[in-house]
Order: sequence, then C-alpha cells, then structure tokens
Amino acid sequence: MTEVTAQAPARRTPSRRGRWWAEIGWKYPVAAIIIFYAAFPLVYVLSASLSSSGTLSSTSSLFSDISFSNYAALSDTSYWTWVVNTLIVGGASALGAVFMGACAAYAFSRFRFKGRRGGLTTLLIVQMFPQTVAFVSVFLLLTALGNVVPALGINSKIALICVYLGGALGANTFLMYGFFNTIPNDIDESAKVDGATHAQIFWKLIMPLVTPILAVVGLLAFISAFGDFILAKIVLVSQDEWTLAVGMYQWVSNQLSANWGLFAAGAVIASLPVLAIFLSLQKYIVGGLTAGSVKG
Amino acid sequence: MANDDAIAVKEPRAPRESHARRWSGLGWGFIAKLLMMALVNALGLTIILSAWNAEAWSILAVSVILLVAADIIYFAKRTLPLKYLYPGLIFLAIFQLFTLAYTGYVAFTNYGTGHAGSQEQAVEATLIQNERRVEGTPTVPLAIVRDGDTLGFAVTQDGIVSVGTEEDVLEPVSGAVVDDSGRATEVPGWEIVTQNDLFADQALQQDVIDLRVPVSDDAEEGSMRTRDGSSGAIYQSSLEWDDEAQTFTDKETGTVYVADQETGNFVADDGSRLPTGWSVTVGFDNFVKAVTDQNLAGPLLKVTLWTFAFAILTVLTSFGLGLLFALIYNDDRIRGRKWMRTIFILPYAFPAFMSALLWRGMLNREFGIINDWFFFGADINWLGDPWLAKFAILWVNLWLSYPYWFLVCTGALQALPSETMEASRMDGAGRWRQFRSITLPLLMVSTAPLAISSFAFNFNNFTIIYMLTEGGPPFPGTSGLGSTDILISAIYNISGVSGGSADYGLASALSIIVFIVVGIISAIAFRQTRKLEEI
Repeated sequence: MTEVTAQAPARRTPSRRGRWWAEIGWKYPVAAIIIFYAAFPLVYVLSASLSSSGTLSSTSSLFSDISFSNYAALSDTSYWTWVVNTLIVGGASALGAVFMGACAAYAFSRFRFKGRRGGLTTLLIVQMFPQTVAFVSVFLLLTALGNVVPALGINSKIALICVYLGGALGANTFLMYGFFNTIPNDIDESAKVDGATHAQIFWKLIMPLVTPILAVVGLLAFISAFGDFILAKIVLVSQDEWTLAVGMYQWVSNQLSANWGLFAAGAVIASLPVLAIFLSLQKYIVGGLTAGSVKG
Repeated sequence: MANDDAIAVKEPRAPRESHARRWSGLGWGFIAKLLMMALVNALGLTIILSAWNAEAWSILAVSVILLVAADIIYFAKRTLPLKYLYPGLIFLAIFQLFTLAYTGYVAFTNYGTGHAGSQEQAVEATLIQNERRVEGTPTVPLAIVRDGDTLGFAVTQDGIVSVGTEEDVLEPVSGAVVDDSGRATEVPGWEIVTQNDLFADQALQQDVIDLRVPVSDDAEEGSMRTRDGSSGAIYQSSLEWDDEAQTFTDKETGTVYVADQETGNFVADDGSRLPTGWSVTVGFDNFVKAVTDQNLAGPLLKVTLWTFAFAILTVLTSFGLGLLFALIYNDDRIRGRKWMRTIFILPYAFPAFMSALLWRGMLNREFGIINDWFFFGADINWLGDPWLAKFAILWVNLWLSYPYWFLVCTGALQALPSETMEASRMDGAGRWRQFRSITLPLLMVSTAPLAISSFAFNFNNFTIIYMLTEGGPPFPGTSGLGSTDILISAIYNISGVSGGSADYGLASALSIIVFIVVGIISAIAFRQTRKLEEI
C-alpha cells in the first residue's frame, strides 16, 4: 500500500491523482478496515491460545506472552478423543454420502425406469424439509432402536452417522445427478458393446470421470457433520463419545467454569486444517454451494 | 472391431446369464457381492433376533421387510436401478421420511413426561411408584450380590437363601453359605458386595436403594427393598389396580382413580390425578395450546416474530454487505486483490460453531474484549439485555455470513455480460443508474434462489443462537423461553430431549409449523429455479 501511494505522484498529474483517489485509492483504507473486521477475532483467538492464563480476560496487548501451556493442557482433557470422534463421524458420513449419492445419481442419470421422474421429484421435495427440525422424533426413534440394537441407539456414533446419512441422499443426489449428466452417454454405450456390465461401467468408467463432484460432496458432507451441533448433542450423551462441537461448547457454556484458554487452543488446532482445506478449495466449495440451487 | 461384431452376432443364440447371478466371467465381482450380501444378511438377522428378544414388533417387521427386499433386489435380474438406489433409500426412509412422518404423528399426541408409554406400562409404573413398606412385616437378612453390571439381592428367609434381580423374581438357590446373622456370604454364580465396598461407592449406594426385586411376577405382590444394604423388607403398592373396572383404589384413603382415555391419566372424582399417565392422541390440542396457553402463547408469538426478523435481517445485512464489498473490490485496478479476498472470507472458513463461541467470550460483560477495546471498558451487557442480545446475534451472524455473499456476488458480477454493461454506458447511464437498472436485476437472477435458501437455513440456525446466548435472556414467567430464542431452539427447550420435563407432543406440533414455513419458502425457491425442467 505504501508502495502504491508513493508511486502515484511520479506518474500522475495532480488532477489525475485526485481522480485516482476517488476511483481506486479510497478502496485501500476501506480494505484495511474490512480486514480488521474480518480478522481481529481470529488474531485474538490465536493470541488467547498462546497466553499462559486460562481466561479470555483482556490483556493490554495481543501476544503479550507466548506460552504453549494451553496446547499442552489439551492432552489432559478429552480433546483428542473428540477430535478422533469428529473425524470418525465426519469421515464415515462423507464416505457414505459420496457412495450413496453417486449410486443414486448413476441410476437416475443412466437408467430409464418407471418411477424415475417421480423419484427425483420426491427427493427434491423431501430435501426441502431439514432433518434437524425433526430432532424430537430422531431422538424417539433412536431411543426405541437402542433397546433392540444398542449400536443404533442414543450415545452411539454409529447411530449419529446413520442419522446424517439419512439426509445424504436428498442433499447430494441433485448436485451429482447434474454432473453425471454431463458425462456423455456414448462412453457407456461403447463399453456396453464391449461387454462391460453396469457395475464395471459404474466403478471403472464413470467414477474416475466424476471425481471432482465426489470430492465436493464428500467435503460438504464432512463440513456439515463437523459443524452440526443439535443432532450431535442429542445423540451423543457421554463425554467420551462427544464430537468437537458438543465438547467445546461444554467447555465454555458455564460462565464460572469456562476455560477459554483451552477453548482457544482447541479452536486454533481444529480450525487450521479446515481453513487450509477451505482456502485451497474455495472455488470448488463455493461452486458446490451455489450449484445446489442455481444451475446454469 | 471384427471381433466385437462376432460376439454381437453370437449373443442372441446363447443368451448370457444375468451377471447378477453369474459365477464366471466377472472374476471377483460376484464373489465380492456375495460376501457383502452375506454380511448384510448376518447383520439383518442379528437385528431381527434382538428385536424378537426385546419384543419390539414394529422394528422386527420393518427389518424383515428390508432384509427380504435387499435379497430380492440384489439377486434378481430386473431390479437394476434399485440395486443402486436401495442403500440410500433405506437411510432416507428410516432417518428422514420416517422421522418426518413420526413428527406428524407425535404432534397429535400428549407424548412426554408423565405420558410416556402404553396404559399397561403406566399401571405398572404407578404400582411401583406408590410402594410403601408393608406394616408389620419382618425385616430379613439381606446381602447385595452382583454379576458384572447386574445387581441383585440375596435374602435369607427361614434359612433358605433366595436371589433375585430387578428383572428376575426371587428364587431359592442351593449351595449358599450364611453367617451368624443369617446374611449370605457366598452364593454360587454371584459375587457378594461387601459393606465396605458399598460405603466407598456413592453411585452404588443409590443403585442399591433404587433396586427393587419383585417377589413374584405380579407387580401387586410387591417387592423386596432395602434401606441400609444389610436388611430387606417387603414393599407393596398403596394402590390397587382393578383391570375390569380400569381403576386404581388407594388402600388407605379409599380414593378411586379412573382411567381417562381422553387425557391419558388416572383421575379421581375430586379432579386430582396420579402423576404417571400414558400417551394418547389428543387431536389439535397441542396446536391450540401453543396459541392459547397463558404461559406459552405470548412468548411463542415473540419467538416466532423474532425468528422471521432474525432470518430476514441476517439475509439482508449479509447480502448487502457482501454485495457492497464485491462491487468495491471487483476492480482490476486494485493491487493485491487476491490477498484481500482471502482475508475477507476468513470468517466463513472458520468453523461456525467456534466463531459463535468465540464471540460469546468476546462479548462477555465482565472480561470480554469488545467492551474493553472498543467501549473503553464500559459495562455493556451485550448478551444479557433483550435488545442488545438480538443485535449481538445479528452482528455475529453478519460477521459469519457476509463472506459467503461476497464470494457469490463476486462470481455473479464477473459472469455479467460485458456487452450489456458497455451498451448501457454508451447510452449514457450513470454509475448508479447502471447498478440499479442493469447490475442488480441481473445479479438477482442468480442470487435470489440462494437468498431464499439462506433464509430457510437461518430460520433453523440453532447453532448460532444456542452457542451465543442459549436463547437468553429469559422471558419473565415460566415458559422457559428467552428473547433470542428462535423457533427451533424453543422447540429444543420444550421437547426436553436434553433433560428436564419433556413435552414431545407440543414440540412436534411446533416442528410441524416450522416445516410448513420452510416448505412454503422452499416451494417459492423451487418455482424460481424450476429445477423440474431438468429432470
């Protein structure tokens, strides 16, 4: 920025310089304000995580003392168990969502069968009703299932994954269906002539061609499982089963016993990979988000 | 090519066996499928057997149907599309369609605390709850035994040791050893819990005091209970159930409680009722209660209004700010645009629940940095004042979601046809005129559907509300709701799924209302995008 303002007078006459300020120049200080607005909470959480005190109390300056005691203290808590739980739940839901979504999209895109149009329409309508609003009956259903199969009951990660997978088909099929349709049918036809079965076509021909959409759907499913709070809080009861969202909420929800130092350290660790993935793939993620409702 | 033709010609003469059932030709493909199906069948049978044992008949029926369907689909020739759809459909049917339908059913019942099961279960529970020690019966020596997690009592009556647990009635056992006081010290197959162990373990003490070992299969015969862990006595219910007349009679006072099928309660003539009832369908009572109940109607109305205000204002502010930034920084002449953009969208990349928790700390009245840095240490109760809390929620949600709109609008602006913009400039349109008449309408075409889905999302944005304020500050009164509660967090509080008194019926009725709102919004979005045309 200083560079730019320093260069300006050399090249521009005073009137042009005025115009430059009116047209472009003012955007730099405004950008500085926006950057401050966007980044100061994040810089602050980084500073708090490196502070040696466990409170979020205001210090006169950021990064006044650098200590890794909060990070070290994480291993005395269930934090890493929660990380593992989150990875298991998110990973399994992402894999399941990708697999089931791809299968369904393949069927809708490649086969012509009775009820195809009706099936697609039904999916479209069902996905409008968010599963989270039905959490009461999810709770009741899991309570009943848990009496029969404990692995599918309350306080089981498998049950939570199943619940997430229930919402997977509605959310992802359309995204994938559109992408599958862009793969020309001729490819399947020629493979079929060569004697390939539908399963071979699916696994060996189509899947490699649709990898980008598989990645997007997997990522979106992971992020939504990572960020879900209400279902995870209802299903996972005991501390050892919690995901990060439930566990970290519990850390700071009680004002008296809130441990903000731990929270800050945990938040930095958990958000770094997410930030890295998001920033490197921002184009695809935003593409995926928008494609969900707008199609070119 | 010649080879291919030869095969194609031969085929009609010797029709291939469907590869759904073919051993040869596919190599490991069929074997893999067979293994998968063996696994699925094993799993299915396990579930069916445990459903049988637990006497859960509906779960049994559903799992039988699903398993048979799976076998038919994966071994028949004509079910090709279903082979690909079935796994997803099962999850969709159980965990989405069923839960939606079940919400619809529960909304018309009084299911909840005090109305949890069938009438039969309510009778049994009432008998147990009203157990009192029978006057004049002797205490008997009692020892606590356990087998793994199962606790039981070993009681000595007339020199004979009987063992029972919560599930199993007292039955005499042979081979037990008793001490001088008559307490069993050794019981084959059971581990004796010593008094020392009992005193050391608070949770165990509570379990022992709560434990009731039925004397016989009939709940009215009463049960063996203990207060001190070393002697037991027979407890019997002070109520007597008459199955014919469907009434409870209090043995002491003679009060008669009649089973009322309308409300699912046992009610006496004077209007008093027993605490445990059963679940019955109540028609539209829950919906009526939501709008007429004195404690609930006012807060619920406020919650509903705030839900709409919150969702609309969030979309408007974040869309506006994102669009503004996109308009300003969609300019090739600015240097370092890429870096600026990356920092602009950082809040969006930071996980939302952590952002909400972080802001909760920063907005804290006593030690939050917002008061300290920006308001010179003023004592502003951001999350405790009804209006400030609302403002704080909107502010945090703006911080969270403007980057999304910044990205979307930047993309949309770059996709605008440059000829149109050029042409408008030629015709002498000023910057404002160009924005209002060309840019904005074109932008709305692609962003309006997103705005609608964003509205629907925020309408149910439980995470930010709960993480930031938990719905508080609470309304005066006993509704349990607060001024920043939106409908879904209100439902969460009312439903009692996280503990406390539960009213699943009312919560489900409110869910139905949310579904209707979201359904209407989605229908509008649906017409906008006309996705059906693509099918």
